[in-house]
Amino acid sequence: MTERRIRVLICKPGLDGHDRGAKVVAASLRDAGMEVVYTGLRQTPEMVVETAIQEDVDAVGLSLHSAAHMTIFPRVLKLLRKRKADHILLTGGGIIPDEDRRELEEMGVGRLFGPGATSEEIVQYITAEVGRRRAAARAGA
Amino acid sequence: MARGTAATGRKGRREAASAPPPRSSLAEGVRAGDSLSVARAISLAEDRSPEGAALLADLAPSTGRAHRIGVTGPPGAGKSTLVNGLARLMLDGGRTVGIIAVDPTSPFTGGALLGDRVRMQGAAGDPRVFIRSMASRGDLGGLAAAAQDACDVLDAAGKDRIVMETVGVGQTEVEVAGAADTVVVILHPEAGDGVQAMKAGLMEVADVFVVNKADREGADRLVQDVLDVLELRRAAPGDGWRPPVLKTVASTGEGLPALLASVEEHAARSRASGSFDRRRRGRVRSRIRDLVEESLRARVLGAGGDALEGLVDEVVAGRESPRGAALRLLRRVTGGREPGSDHGWRR
Ligand SMILES: Nc1nc2c(ncn2[C@@H]2O[C@H](COP(=O)(O)OP(=O)(O)O)[C@@H](O)[C@H]2O)c(=O)[nH]1
Ligand SMILES: [Mg+2]
Repeated sequence: MTERRIRVLICKPGLDGHDRGAKVVAASLRDAGMEVVYTGLRQTPEMVVETAIQEDVDAVGLSLHSAAHMTIFPRVLKLLRKRKADHILLTGGGIIPDEDRRELEEMGVGRLFGPGATSEEIVQYITAEVGRRRAAARAGA
Repeated sequence: MARGTAATGRKGRREAASAPPPRSSLAEGVRAGDSLSVARAISLAEDRSPEGAALLADLAPSTGRAHRIGVTGPPGAGKSTLVNGLARLMLDGGRTVGIIAVDPTSPFTGGALLGDRVRMQGAAGDPRVFIRSMASRGDLGGLAAAAQDACDVLDAAGKDRIVMETVGVGQTEVEVAGAADTVVVILHPEAGDGVQAMKAGLMEVADVFVVNKADREGADRLVQDVLDVLELRRAAPGDGWRPPVLKTVASTGEGLPALLASVEEHAARSRASGSFDRRRRGRVRSRIRDLVEESLRARVLGAGGDALEGLVDEVVAGRESPRGAALRLLRRVTGGREPGSDHGWRR
């Protein structure tokens, strides 16, 4: 048997817009060999976290195109911690000013990708970061 | 909790024998219905890990209560939409619900896009529902086993009704949904569905037929086609259950109460007539067989992994037959004795 495949949840929280960007990312993660759970639009932070737990994913990617990133990312992070599920990597993308990005990363959110990020960058980051977390979990177990 | 610690069957058995304490707390978490525990347990089972096997053994006494419903049909028939609607009705009736939604793994990359939740948002928001998306992982038999194990976990977690959604295109997927207590086959009035379904063997496994998208043209025609096929089929042995053919519009909920009533009637009738027990025994029998096969395969190929290439060389060079090579590998685990099935093949 081989190493468990990386499982990722891709969500588009909030009420805004279309989910084309999220679907493109989901498809490229699948093409990189990951199992991608896709939920579509209009997810509340509570739903995101419950889904992430039930699906036992390694990472959650949130696609945000509203200005809600400073409320949604911290809320999801807090709920993950509260539910003892903060082994799950929280990452995502959208139009996020550098200042906010730094603040979120300091809180414990993973790398956040701007609109110019390539699929390869995202795939590489998730692969490396999940690999690192799994190794740490094994060492700690 | 260590994850992704893949082990071969042989090494695993030793690990399992030492019974690490976290496993029993995981079993407790599952029995208490804790999402995190249920989710991890399904992952362990899905990975066919030795930890998973031991956990399932711990959970075994807590299983057997849930009624398992398989929902299968062609892609786009409306399965996820219908499962969502059914789940909500079950909740209204005071049941708790588990859902396993299987989507195909890409044979080229091994990745999968699991999108059934998009149509299940109504049920997903309810704390009495646990939904797990599962990739078929392209391994024949493995999927069936993993889905059954996942059902066992949900059963032990106290779910009253467990619904398995699979795409009814290949034999394996049909088998997964077919290994349920009640099997619902969904068709929709778009080109060639009825014919397709017959090809995939769907007509034989159905306890209840649904013609979904009854708001679309051709629905009545399709109902008639299904009834025509059923005419030719013998009544089920034992309880004489004749699969009803129901029309639904899953997207509006029309026809779903009648469908749920039909499923519940099948559940009650099959339990009363004994066909439920017969079917369950058959399912357990083939699961045991599959597991024996799986572990034997792991032991033989695990033990003889290095020897395998050498034997390939010999066969390719014409010094050995494939069957002779297989027997030599088998002898390594049977301790030199001949396996029972090789009569006439001894060289
Ligand atoms: N017109 C119509 N569309 C439906 C009905 N049920 C589902 N759909 C739509 O059919 C599409 C496929 O549904 P989905 O549940 O994902 O099908 P699945 O692939 O079988 O799981 C979606 O766009 C649904 O909204 C129905 O009864 N009538
Ligand atoms: Mg579906």
